[in-house]
Amino acid sequence: MIAFAITAAVAMGMYLIFTAGSGNIGYWSLSELIAAVGLGVVTGAVTKEFLCHRHEYRMANPLRFLLIPVYVIGPFFLEMMKANLDVAYRVLTMKIRPGIIRVKSGMKTDLGAFMLANSITLTPGTITVDIDEATNDLFIHNINLPEGDEEKEFFTGEELFALANLPAWIRRIAE
Amino acid sequence: MIVEALILLCLVIGVAFNALGVLGLLRFPDLYTRMHATTKATTFGSIFTSAAVVVYGAWIFLATGDSQFLTLLIHALIAIVALAFTNAVSSHALARAAHKSGILPHPAVVDRLAEVKP
Repeated sequence: MIAFAITAAVAMGMYLIFTAGSGNIGYWSLSELIAAVGLGVVTGAVTKEFLCHRHEYRMANPLRFLLIPVYVIGPFFLEMMKANLDVAYRVLTMKIRPGIIRVKSGMKTDLGAFMLANSITLTPGTITVDIDEATNDLFIHNINLPEGDEEKEFFTGEELFALANLPAWIRRIAE
Repeated sequence: MIVEALILLCLVIGVAFNALGVLGLLRFPDLYTRMHATTKATTFGSIFTSAAVVVYGAWIFLATGDSQFLTLLIHALIAIVALAFTNAVSSHALARAAHKSGILPHPAVVDRLAEVKP
């Protein structure tokens, strides 16, 4: 029941966001509001086992999911900007030293590992190639390994980011 | 005036990074390094060109109150979110599929994944 309510609310919210600006009740027309309720109920009934398949409801806490935009606009954007300028420099000078390293993410949940892996892929210069699903270790292709780093067996998530501690942020959001 | 300058700045940054992405795609030696160049083009380049649309939509909407510009602004924001998600997930899927099917990073100082899964 909780799974159905959450899925229906998310679907309804998405539909309302897509159709904002269609009329005069708030920003919506009456027909769009009725369609949102109908589609939300149908979508919730059909897909509740996909969105909530573990039946853990930590992310329904608004303190957690409202932190996501703060994370994306703040520390994550800063890291992305630095990585973009770095890769732009590498494109122009061709000074590259690529390699695949193993990173102990230290994440306990699937969502945490997913968010960290996606944050790493979205910062240019690092791509998550594979995940060890038993230990949540990540295999990262790095475009420029510093001299001597190929000897190290493991890295920690914190070592990948120089400006902000993204793994700590993700732990705050998802665990 | 300031808004126009902001829109222009966003467009210039976006197009410049997209151009660098194309250059990297041509110059880098193997699949993985090329993928770095293309993720860069999508994250910075396309996000900034979409951000220009968001700024334009917000500007006209606040000036005239015409709700079709609210729709434009929201759809551009959704495009940014969708780009960020699909870019990350699809480049991970491509890299993983390539490594599994035996395309190893060619100039590489270390490959811990090949050591684990021979």
